[in-house]
Amino acid sequence: MSDNRSFWQRLKGWIDGDEVIIDADKYISTRERKEIAPGEKRVSVEHVRSNNPTLYRVLCVGITLCFIVVMLMVVMDLPMFGDPGSPTNNEVAARYLESGIEETGAINFVAGMILDYRAFDTFGESNVLFMAVVAVLMLLQRDKKNISAVEDKEMAEDEVFDGQDSKIILKKGAKCLAPIVILYGIYVVLNGHLSPGGGFSGGSIIGAGLILYAAANGHKKMQTFFTVKTLTITSVCCLLTYCGCKSYSFFTGANHVGWEVPKGTPGDILSSGFILPLNICVGLVVACTMYGFYALFTKGEI
Amino acid sequence: MSDFSITIQMILVVFLIVSAIGVSVTKNLFMAVIVFMGYSSIMAIVWLFLEAPDLAITEAAVGAGVDTVIFFLTLKKVHALKGTREG
Repeated sequence: MSDNRSFWQRLKGWIDGDEVIIDADKYISTRERKEIAPGEKRVSVEHVRSNNPTLYRVLCVGITLCFIVVMLMVVMDLPMFGDPGSPTNNEVAARYLESGIEETGAINFVAGMILDYRAFDTFGESNVLFMAVVAVLMLLQRDKKNISAVEDKEMAEDEVFDGQDSKIILKKGAKCLAPIVILYGIYVVLNGHLSPGGGFSGGSIIGAGLILYAAANGHKKMQTFFTVKTLTITSVCCLLTYCGCKSYSFFTGANHVGWEVPKGTPGDILSSGFILPLNICVGLVVACTMYGFYALFTKGEI
Repeated sequence: MSDFSITIQMILVVFLIVSAIGVSVTKNLFMAVIVFMGYSSIMAIVWLFLEAPDLAITEAAVGAGVDTVIFFLTLKKVHALKGTREG
């Protein structure tokens, strides 16, 4: 490999998709093993295990006990649950409890905290979920290179099996349960600022409902309304909406522009500024991610 | 807090510890996933007792629902479930 290019040229080539090592498979199979010098002492787990089983057992138990003792000591030093003098009861928590409703407009303090005071964290978490589903999509999606004839035959069998009137209990059960589960998820998302719950919990309930429906009715029927395009467009639109809303409120808030979003009456469904749309965004991203994992693990496509 | 509530919490914590040890001791992976699902369900009730209903909802939906499904699918994918076509 000619290595006389400059660093930037190599970096550009790497980004454009050049192989770092030309013919990597050949290089790995033909490279020489590292020689062990005759006088060198090597200590490996296998070595100890085969030569000295007693020492191996003693070490196993000893190291585990060390960890257990250290962790229990740490737990002993933690403040008691509900201790008024604990360091977590500081002015931050007091501020949240005293002026949380006034400043965020959300009755559910947790929603006010994660989607208003700490909205940037939640944005990162939603992005992590999106990245995870993109990574799984890259690894597990079926294409011409990673599919064998046997798998193709099994998939065809599965589709016939889905079309038949078998698994009647699952189908009838899903017909009754899936709408209720999804409806409950939507309720939890929409009432995130009023009652316990919110984007993450409601979204995972919606995802579980979609998984139930897909398990009962098969992949073909699911694809009539949920394809990979739906997943991508929904996730990206939600993340961009989140980004836009929070950019607006950070920008106007930090510069004291004063165009605040009206908070409304605390307790109304349409209140608390951006928290309701942000909850919907997070919920949709989580639901898409959950169903995306299921579909990619079972069929290799959404 | 009444004595009754404390008794229930003690029973739940004992179950929690038993199922946590059970998950790591079980050799059968299918059984381990089922026990882990039980662990998540108990944990959801414990969250309710600790006055964290948000976490209880999430634990029940993710820990007992979606997690279990994904664990089973992974076991199926790596051919670790006996009795299925892939196993």
